[in-house]
Amino acid sequence: MDETLRSEGEGLHTEDMTISMGPQHPSTHGVLRFVIKTDGEVMREAIPDVGYLHRSIEKIGEKVTWHGYVPYTDRADYLAAMFANQGFCMAAERLGGVEVTRRGEFCRVIACELNRIASHLIAVGTFAQDIGAVTPFIHALRERETVNDLMEEICGARLTYNYIRIGGVGYDITPQTCDRITQFLDHFEPIVDEFNRLLSYNKIFIERLAHVAPITKEDAFQYNIVGPNLRACGVKWDIRRDIPYSVYPELEFDIPVGTGEKGTLGDCYDRYIVRILEMQESCKIVRQCLKMLPKGPAIAKVARKFKPPAGEIYVRVEAPRGDMGFYVVSDGSEYPYRVRIRTGSFTAMSLIDKLSRGLMVADLIALIASLDVDAPEIDR
Amino acid sequence: MQQLLNQLIQEGYFHGAPMELVYAGFMLLAAFVVLSFFVAPLAGITSWLERRVWARIQSRVGPNRVGPQGILQWLADGIKNLLKEDIIPTAADRRLFALAPYVVFAGFFATFVVIPFGSQLIVADLNIGILYLLAITSLVVVGILMAGWSSNNKWSLLGGMRSAAQIVSYEIPAGLSLLTIVFAAGTMSMQGIITAQGWAPWNWFLFYNPFTFVAFFLYFTAALAEGNRTPFDIPEAESELVAGYVTEYSGMRFLFFFFAEWGNLYVIGAIATTLFLGGWQIPPVTDHPILAGVLQFIVFFLKAYLWVFVAMWVRGTLPRVRVDQLMSLCWKYMVPLAFICLLGTAAWMVIWPQGNRLASFFMFLIGLGILGLFLKRVSFQIRHARPVLYLKPYI
Repeated sequence: MDETLRSEGEGLHTEDMTISMGPQHPSTHGVLRFVIKTDGEVMREAIPDVGYLHRSIEKIGEKVTWHGYVPYTDRADYLAAMFANQGFCMAAERLGGVEVTRRGEFCRVIACELNRIASHLIAVGTFAQDIGAVTPFIHALRERETVNDLMEEICGARLTYNYIRIGGVGYDITPQTCDRITQFLDHFEPIVDEFNRLLSYNKIFIERLAHVAPITKEDAFQYNIVGPNLRACGVKWDIRRDIPYSVYPELEFDIPVGTGEKGTLGDCYDRYIVRILEMQESCKIVRQCLKMLPKGPAIAKVARKFKPPAGEIYVRVEAPRGDMGFYVVSDGSEYPYRVRIRTGSFTAMSLIDKLSRGLMVADLIALIASLDVDAPEIDR
Repeated sequence: MQQLLNQLIQEGYFHGAPMELVYAGFMLLAAFVVLSFFVAPLAGITSWLERRVWARIQSRVGPNRVGPQGILQWLADGIKNLLKEDIIPTAADRRLFALAPYVVFAGFFATFVVIPFGSQLIVADLNIGILYLLAITSLVVVGILMAGWSSNNKWSLLGGMRSAAQIVSYEIPAGLSLLTIVFAAGTMSMQGIITAQGWAPWNWFLFYNPFTFVAFFLYFTAALAEGNRTPFDIPEAESELVAGYVTEYSGMRFLFFFFAEWGNLYVIGAIATTLFLGGWQIPPVTDHPILAGVLQFIVFFLKAYLWVFVAMWVRGTLPRVRVDQLMSLCWKYMVPLAFICLLGTAAWMVIWPQGNRLASFFMFLIGLGILGLFLKRVSFQIRHARPVLYLKPYI
């Protein structure tokens, strides 16, 4: 309470209240902390304090072998573990000149897009819960549970998959699993409509989100906002299309962008609806992949003692929380020389301070939820 | 009840005892009986039912272990909370902190004095029944503010302040819409209002004229806000304020707040039933006083419980509004509308002092139409809802 304000005219003594929000606050998704200064309900500032979930994943990269590091990348963002797997494996493959088998690429895309659906379900579900609607959260988790079951079938794990390996994928996708994935997609696509009826076009929900904390394109570029948050500002930028990797160039999919349909361009509602639309696009991608799935081995032959030649590389993948980059340096040994992970949530956090000024406390919650920041991904 | 007591006194059962003591003792006995045999199980079973209904809405199972279908869950929770350690934070204002739950509870419990469960089943038919209701429920705000302030926690304080602003604001539309009925009935006594209506729906004050029809929904919305229910549960918004004013409470004191909240749901329904839905009025099917009393009680209970169910349903469906939206909804829309209803009813009574049968019947048809539209919508949702996808395991 260091700042003392005097309201005009009355000489009434008022003070700003400094509140520590988190790290145990229910809506700070994991362990985030904000030091917020409020004047009653109106926010003066909200300073993010990160680092509560730091597990030195990058440092560990220097201590384990190339193959051995893949399980650690799962933990970088445990809601979308597949993408960190893929990012690191792509970096290693490009350094070592490994050609991924074609079936392996398709398996990767199927697994990744299913994972994207799961991650976005968590995002919109927790979003709804932070706005105060608990039912959509549980409906979203119910569907995610099915995705988890599918993932369990594909790779044996439900959360930290360790599925994508250097050179391909760990296990082939069986025909039965393909049938089940189709079954799930048939089930899931109408669910999105149900979700829209329940939540997306709810009057209170729109009122809460429209015009709240809009991000301008300039801000988005300056603060390096990526992924769905960037697309919500109306920028059509998707790594899958613009810096293509894997088999994405062969697939047809739209890139949903925010249109400001209920409020300002780039407000919380746009960030929400972009995720809903992306889930539908992911469904399309998975359907195409299942149709195009070629025959062949799922993984290429890679030396057990994988030693890529000395060099450095930066690889980007489109994770659910935006552009996930792996900067990997090799000195030609069994161990990576340096691994650096660049994640979308970390940059999104830096914008919260600027956007939060003048918002209500409830809007801050909506803002954090709409950016879909994820504590493990911020701190790594 | 009072008549019975007077009769007993006249017959000399309490010979020599001062009248005041007899009355006080009798009131205490009545309070005890109502609390332990009606209010506590009612709030408990409401809590269980809410959890079950909520679970069904969210495609979960809900508590189903204690007793058949988990109906005794509330008892288990109560015992558990009684046995828990009662923590009072060192920084808290001990006396206020300890007192606050009882004030909230008293504010809720005292409303049962004037709730008419039947033509004979009422603790005291005060001639200022509605005024008493409005006054006594305001006590809840005091308790919540005390809890918020004395916890010495910033989240609690924010919750308490929100709650005070919310409840005080929403008392105005609630009070005004109740006043509409007082105009129409010409009395403030709860029994008087019920007897001014009939058993048939078109004789209810809900369909008395278009203004009372609107006033009912105004009252129900405002009452939800006063009871801190979704979509107006901002004082204890768990995603914003941790737990609002109950953040620092634990054990039985914590339970008391929720006891009051769940019990309050029924009170909201009971007041709505008394004022708008004809209360305990039943068609003349029996002359037997006890049988009639039982029927009246059942009718009243079901009518009131319907609104408890609606409140649960609303809670399972809607997100929460923001503080400023809550206030603007109250002051910009509900208060002016409530005033219009009040003046409209006054004008209506000048034009048709005996009420207008045709208009009542017409309003009844409109009400049926709205209900039909609602049910159509619900059936659409049910038909288009998809069940859980069950992938059969291989093994």
